[in-house]
Amino acid sequence: MSIDPAVPMADSAPVLDREEAQRLRAERLSRTGRWALPILVFVLVIAGWHWLVTAKEIPHYILPGPGLVASTLWQDFGILAGSWLVTLTVTGLALLLAVVFGGGLAILFTQSKWIEMSFFPYAVVLQVTPIVAIAPLIFIYVDSKIAGLLICAWIVAFFPILSNTTLGLNSADHNLRDLFSVYGASRWQRLRYLQLPAALPYFLGGLRIAGGLSLIGAVVAEFVAGSGGIGSGLAFRILESSYRLNTPRMFAALTLIVVTGVAIYLVLSWVTWMLLRKWHESALKRDA
Amino acid sequence: MRTATHTVPSATADGTSRTLLAMQNVDKIFGADVVALRNMTLDVQEGDFLSLLGPSGCGKSTALRLIAGLSQPTRGAIRWGTPMADGDLSVVFQEPTLMPWATVIDNVLLPFRIAGSLTDEARDRARDMLARVGLAAFEGAYPRELSGGMKMRVSIARALVTRPKLMLMDEPFAALDEITRFKLNDDLLQLKDSMDCTVVFVTHSVFESVFLSNRIVIMAARPGRVIRELAVEAPYPRTEAFRTSAEYAAQCRAASDALHEAMGGDVGVH
Repeated sequence: MSIDPAVPMADSAPVLDREEAQRLRAERLSRTGRWALPILVFVLVIAGWHWLVTAKEIPHYILPGPGLVASTLWQDFGILAGSWLVTLTVTGLALLLAVVFGGGLAILFTQSKWIEMSFFPYAVVLQVTPIVAIAPLIFIYVDSKIAGLLICAWIVAFFPILSNTTLGLNSADHNLRDLFSVYGASRWQRLRYLQLPAALPYFLGGLRIAGGLSLIGAVVAEFVAGSGGIGSGLAFRILESSYRLNTPRMFAALTLIVVTGVAIYLVLSWVTWMLLRKWHESALKRDA
Repeated sequence: MRTATHTVPSATADGTSRTLLAMQNVDKIFGADVVALRNMTLDVQEGDFLSLLGPSGCGKSTALRLIAGLSQPTRGAIRWGTPMADGDLSVVFQEPTLMPWATVIDNVLLPFRIAGSLTDEARDRARDMLARVGLAAFEGAYPRELSGGMKMRVSIARALVTRPKLMLMDEPFAALDEITRFKLNDDLLQLKDSMDCTVVFVTHSVFESVFLSNRIVIMAARPGRVIRELAVEAPYPRTEAFRTSAEYAAQCRAASDALHEAMGGDVGVH
């Protein structure tokens, strides 16, 4: 690099005008705020909760303090862990089924308008029927409790994937469709190289919703199923604890459910970002 | 998909001017009564740079879709002077129409992927095509990283990578700024010359059609039909000097007058 004598090399630091400096500072602040503020709110809520319980001397079977919930979680973890695993299994399998059958149905629908016209209304019917209203029926017809839970969770979770993926498969650029026709693409090539990639962002949007819904479906179904014994999940622990007025354990089980929901959301968000970061608008960083 | 069942005999035996395709009395009617094209007859000779020039709604894009085989004529026929296989015909749309999830080189390789011939030779050809449109350094980039003009270059590279006999272009530069458009016009002429293909180019710009074409077919709307045909006699290669020449200005005036005449003095034309 040649040095132009006309330009004084006073210092190598880049010059920032006031507006840019302000913008950079605001950016740094908002980056910190993104994780610091929720943590601050969390700490304040816990502290307020603790204060409320001690100051008002609320009995622990009405509202246990955060310390008691934490220690219960620790002490009862042996009991809760088994149930947690059941809830996790049902949630995970339900999500998997939702992906396979929701996505599969969507592909089937785009392959044949007739199939879509015949069956889409019934997918909507399944979606709008409250799961608590059909779950008792399902448990009459299905012997295995796990299978019953799975069916309930799947019914709740599959629709967002089905409807989003159907929308995505149909939203490929129409000029690109024409281009595929000009080059004589087969139905399979069209699906593989055009429709599936175009549907990916829509599918992932549906997947994130379905992740939360499959957990909700698993928990709600277990409330309906009711009976305990081996293979009962966190929802049953909550029911059981409420009968025994063991409120701290109810909170401990609830904590595990919340942690699971947040973890599912974070994992699916990460998956979405990894798959779309290179090309999709939603994953792009842009300047102000 | 374009089975060349009907062929027309070559115009001349020495191959100087052979008919590539002939539209014969083609009507295209949408629904029961929307006449998009009426009685369109058009011969495209091998080596032509033919522009379809006319206002919005004159059926020029419809004509292009018929030639591409994306739509069938209601009446009349399109006959080919030579058998056409997949890859012998390509289309460039007004939008670059790239797959946003694929890199530049994968976009250019699309015709080979569909043809099931994604060989090393195909990759070499795609790289060569990218170099010809000046994007050799961008083969790994994603479309969103490119400017509008660069995206259009990728689109052209994809259209030419199979060495087609005919390239159809539907107002490809209409959305670009003038500086970019001029540069792309220059480069397009060079590419056409070196790739030895025939171009049918839809535009509503008189200046663009005169600069690029050896033949201009003027169309009118409601119903879409051919009004008249002009020849632009200026020899190729045409360069920046042609764009500022008196000859170019005179040709533009002639084309402009013909267009006005075609409109029948219609004022709402732009």
